[in-house]
Amino acid sequence: MFVLDTLIHRLKRGCETMSYPQGPAPALPDRHGGALRVDAAKCADGCSACVPVCPTQAITRAPGQPVALDLGRCVFCAACVEACPPGAIVQTGDYRMAVRRREDLMLGPSGQEELRLAEALDGKLRRLFGRSLRLRQVSAGGCSACEADTNVLGTIGWDLGRFGIQFVASPRHADGLLITGPVTQNMELALSKAWAAVPEPKIVIAVGACAIAGGPFVGHAAVRNGAAAVVPVDLYIPGCPPHPLTILDGLLRLLGKLEEKRERVPGGAG
Amino acid sequence: MSAETPFALLANAASLPWSDVPEWPAADLVRATARELDRGARLCAWFGVPEHGAVRLVALLAFDADNTLAVGRSTPFTGSYPSLTVTHAQAQLFERELWEQHGVTPIGHPWLKPVRRTAAGAPANGEFFRVDGPEVHEVAVGPIHAGIIEPGHFRFQCAGEEVLHLEVALGYQHRGVETALAGGPHRATLSQMETVAGDTTVAHATAYATVLEALAGVEAPLRAQWLRAIALELERLANHTGDLGALANDVAFLPTSAACGKIRGDFLNLTALICGNRFGRGLVRPGGCRYDLEAERAAQLLQRLRVALRDTEQAAAWLWDAASVRSRFENVGTVFSAQATEIGLVGMAARACGLVRDVRYDHPAGWHRFAQVPVVVWPGGDVFARAKVRSLEIQRSGEFLCEQLAAPVEGEHSVESPPPAPDTLAVALVEGWRGEVCHVALTDAAGRFLRYKIIDPSFHNWTGMTLALRGTAISDFPICNKSFNLSYCGFDL
Repeated sequence: MFVLDTLIHRLKRGCETMSYPQGPAPALPDRHGGALRVDAAKCADGCSACVPVCPTQAITRAPGQPVALDLGRCVFCAACVEACPPGAIVQTGDYRMAVRRREDLMLGPSGQEELRLAEALDGKLRRLFGRSLRLRQVSAGGCSACEADTNVLGTIGWDLGRFGIQFVASPRHADGLLITGPVTQNMELALSKAWAAVPEPKIVIAVGACAIAGGPFVGHAAVRNGAAAVVPVDLYIPGCPPHPLTILDGLLRLLGKLEEKRERVPGGAG
Repeated sequence: MSAETPFALLANAASLPWSDVPEWPAADLVRATARELDRGARLCAWFGVPEHGAVRLVALLAFDADNTLAVGRSTPFTGSYPSLTVTHAQAQLFERELWEQHGVTPIGHPWLKPVRRTAAGAPANGEFFRVDGPEVHEVAVGPIHAGIIEPGHFRFQCAGEEVLHLEVALGYQHRGVETALAGGPHRATLSQMETVAGDTTVAHATAYATVLEALAGVEAPLRAQWLRAIALELERLANHTGDLGALANDVAFLPTSAACGKIRGDFLNLTALICGNRFGRGLVRPGGCRYDLEAERAAQLLQRLRVALRDTEQAAAWLWDAASVRSRFENVGTVFSAQATEIGLVGMAARACGLVRDVRYDHPAGWHRFAQVPVVVWPGGDVFARAKVRSLEIQRSGEFLCEQLAAPVEGEHSVESPPPAPDTLAVALVEGWRGEVCHVALTDAAGRFLRYKIIDPSFHNWTGMTLALRGTAISDFPICNKSFNLSYCGFDL
């Protein structure tokens, strides 16, 4: 009877794919906190209470210098937010975190309180990948959380396929790699080979604190502290793991899909 | 059984002074351990502790029927000792690991080769077991697999479609977790524990917090224990539901696959409701929990949980209703119960072989001393049994959660956890969704970790997956592998 059952069930449930990005983005859990904002100007003189509480040594403060927070290393535990008496480090609640340049994740000094969101690919790459992007995912020491929250984009709720983005089994069928994990020494060879097998032009996306900077394993002899040590990275998506919405935002941002939407809205066709 | 043992007894989530652990020369420890294993004990851990250039062996045994653990150690030695694997196969990976980590040779070990060691950008796999014959061919899969999953290498020896032998070579995910723990706890330790196996964050974080509390001689407040138990079952629900969907997908049964993919996310979002992170990161802390589950939040959780459970029930019903699914699951990838006992299989995979093995029941600690989840056992040992156990455990965990959320415990959710006591050994077992998560810590004279051993259930169970493939068609490998869904990084550490 399952045929009838499933048909009736589907009719009752209707389309379960979220309306984002045409509609509003789904709400983050209230305790998620989103991206961090660092206002070094608010730091008390000589205070470095946030530095020792950070598990991944993402925060530094040299004597006489403003505090600096590397959101690429951040695992979003918010221990620094709790430890900061004057509120120089705060959560913004913003799910958007993907950047194109590693330095765009460095927060703190005046003018760099928040991260600088990714710009779309330009010219030829955008023409090639804008409507069809095939990615090969490589986990290189990933704990399976970044993998799971990348995988979830393929489920009916998110339906990544509607944006022309698809994960493929062979690097030879791919336009780029999506890398998770700190890149273990033991995966270095396999990752290099996978990258070499992707035809030009190609892109690399680093997902999660590990792939960006080694995450909780930064400095271990067994890891390379992120994908950039082995391959050139075009998009960094922070988190531990990044929320699926953050990953999706990053992918759409890279392909210019969010700009297109913005352009269309004033015309009323949106 | 345990009453006559020469080993020191201790309960789960307890500690004892290192000097109280009985010691024997290595050969005698091997004999004593073998005797206990013959009497029904199970090998939870077998590892080395470095001491002045030599190494001590430590054996941690579980007497499941007596609800107690037992621990013994060897005197420091170098060189070699008689292998336990020769008589007890469940020690085989432990002894390979010991050889790799401490350089002591288990004499007589039939398959002594590296577990995780690096050789030029890849693990030093060594030679694979080979079957010779005119019709025999070899298939190599991985390290990078077709889907979005972790890397590992599988080497099949096949005659036509039939798999004669499968050898799994892991180590690709090795991040140096145990090495980094020496001298700890460090700043990054908790984050590393939460990512030992990312889909088992709550179980590993709970085991770590429990070990630290046992070393400090404190107990987390009851409300925190209650909250940890809730988070642990939410973790189980998310993973079991995801796996049912993935199993359905592997036999091209799309209704359940599509539904479960989404419901899995619903369960993850419930964990995020408690602590903000879909995998439970930031929730469990030594001394309790970082977040509370206030009445209003608990009510919202319960309401959303009921909806997700109803959806799961429906999706599972389609699966079990379909003869096409049953015929693909039945008698595929069988692990016999005698094999399961012999190799020391744990958790859900063991229960699907008819073995009653569940830490929540055998070695209750934390909240499980006060509230029980019925143990799900299904005979058969095939893909069907492993899917069935998941499906039944979803029901049991769901009922448990509904009961617990309706009767919250009052009080604090966190206390200060003092520093660990010096020269002390502590053990914590937690029944993660795959099975037994085992953490053993030993402190030095300053109260820092002299040795910290982590055993993810996958360490025991990968051998089970290879046995399941024997005599099975290689085309059934995906459903066999998915029916175990073992962790690569939890094994590689």
